[in-house]
Amino acid sequence: MAPMYLMPRNGPPVTEPVVVVRQLRKRFGAVTALDGVDLTIEQGQVMALLGPNGAGKTTLVRVLTTLTRPDAGLVRIAGHDVSAQPARVRAAIGLTGQHSMVDGMLTGRENLILVARLRGATRARARETAGQLLERFRLTADAHRLAGRYSGGMRRRLDLAAALVGTPDLVVLDEPTTGLDPQSRLDTWEAVTGLTEQGTTVLLTTQYLEEADRLADAITVIDRGTVVAAGTADQLKATQTRTVALSVTRSDDLAAAVRAARRAGGTEPRVDQRARSVEVAVTDGPDFVTDVLRELAAEGVEPLEVALRRATLDEVFLALTAPHPMVEESVTR
Amino acid sequence: MTTLARVLAQSSDLAWRNLLHLRRTPTALVSSLVQPVLFALLIGYVFGGSLGGSAYREYLVAGLLTQAVVFTTSFTTVGLANDLQQGVVDRFRTLPIARMSLLLGRAVSDLGAGMISVLVTLLCGLALGWVPHTGAAHVAAAFLLLIVFAFATCWIGVFIALVTPTVQVAGSLGLIWIFPVTFVSSGFVSTTTLPSPLQTLANWNPFSGLANALRVLFGNAPPPGFVAQHGWSATHPVLYATICAVVLLLVFATLSTWRYRVRTSN
Repeated sequence: MAPMYLMPRNGPPVTEPVVVVRQLRKRFGAVTALDGVDLTIEQGQVMALLGPNGAGKTTLVRVLTTLTRPDAGLVRIAGHDVSAQPARVRAAIGLTGQHSMVDGMLTGRENLILVARLRGATRARARETAGQLLERFRLTADAHRLAGRYSGGMRRRLDLAAALVGTPDLVVLDEPTTGLDPQSRLDTWEAVTGLTEQGTTVLLTTQYLEEADRLADAITVIDRGTVVAAGTADQLKATQTRTVALSVTRSDDLAAAVRAARRAGGTEPRVDQRARSVEVAVTDGPDFVTDVLRELAAEGVEPLEVALRRATLDEVFLALTAPHPMVEESVTR
Repeated sequence: MTTLARVLAQSSDLAWRNLLHLRRTPTALVSSLVQPVLFALLIGYVFGGSLGGSAYREYLVAGLLTQAVVFTTSFTTVGLANDLQQGVVDRFRTLPIARMSLLLGRAVSDLGAGMISVLVTLLCGLALGWVPHTGAAHVAAAFLLLIVFAFATCWIGVFIALVTPTVQVAGSLGLIWIFPVTFVSSGFVSTTTLPSPLQTLANWNPFSGLANALRVLFGNAPPPGFVAQHGWSATHPVLYATICAVVLLLVFATLSTWRYRVRTSN
């Protein structure tokens, strides 16, 4: 039986999560962009959608924001189906795009007034909303300047402010810090943290694990159109993925250590010449250690140190989105 | 609020945005100011002398006004193509606004810009010695017809923007059709001098209809030696021009809405 929130209803949704995606599929010609994606975002949750370039993040965002029609599957935002009730979905979402959607030929204030007007606010209400958001995002002093002359960080803040006009049920941030300098990035993070403190439901896509770790309550990792992992940052770090670091005494032994690591499996070894060490992300830690010690012995190399430790989120991500399953990789070499 | 009222409110907000853009890039308006002056001088004085002198220059003004209206569409084409290319359209599409509003807002703002061209043309006309010989009611009717026709013509520009892939293509395609359409017409010459297939085309050209109607409403007679155009479209110029405006509007607004839907699905 379908869960309660998937049942048809007449009144405003009460128990339904803000985002419900089930078995979403989308193809562009021969390319399958989304291949059965499931995603749930609860009220007030900040969900990070993490994946390498071309994983399907942007397609998923476009489907959620009614810009692209799904081929199959269920997609409901704030209780409305994206295909059947796109207008209601649009009223419930605020989007800031990968490329800033700010109009550079309008001032900061005019940008916000325009969005507010288009969302149906009266002139007075639109001005009031714009004023409040400018204040909240520390843009009041620059409100009269053309947005095209803003710094990268200011543009993103304005973009965020525009997404918040009309207090949407869901704010979608599509790669909010891509292409920003470090200071602007910190600036944007601060602004996003501000949103989450106010209980706004957020879906944020990113290629940066650090960003997901820092901003999100939950992370969904997608790769090649499917969800490969989901959970909190800690849950992801606690998956089977471990890092094995082995170091050797002589630089000349590094090549042999890499060969041994490859034969033992795991991801492509990362070599640190200075530290004379090799690191591999693995899913079967203890077995790998046994194997790699045997392979090192076969190479005639004695390790200085072999350590098995909890993977960083980076390593989990790399392991999850590796081009091929780890074992196959070692066989082909 | 009814749907219609909402569409109108959204369109006027978007038109306001387009006009702010124009105000901030006044150089974009230069062509619409220079073009009427250029053609008034070129045709009025370069060709005008051989075609009937001052009597021809008075006849010419209706043609210049028609041309100003047609040239305005290139604005619409480039403006909309720009929005489509820069992803601005995507932003508006994620807002709860009607599809039609974006296109209607564009048509409205460019109608405003086009009126500047019309105004400059009128000033050039007065300088050429043109005056209306009819009463205030006829002159008012002429301007009303001109505005309605300009609005309808904007949709040709909208449609061209929607069928071209980039701003560059839109820029050239948006201009290229204007020349045959304004010259194979009664805008600048008597259509009776054209060879027969072109003559039929020119007689039924909607822009001939507009030029003829404006001449009737302003009371501008053809210069001596101009053979009068034949056929129903020439004997009922105001009615024919009105029908043309309505048909152009219906056809191109429908085509544009359809094309916009196709282009933005996926």
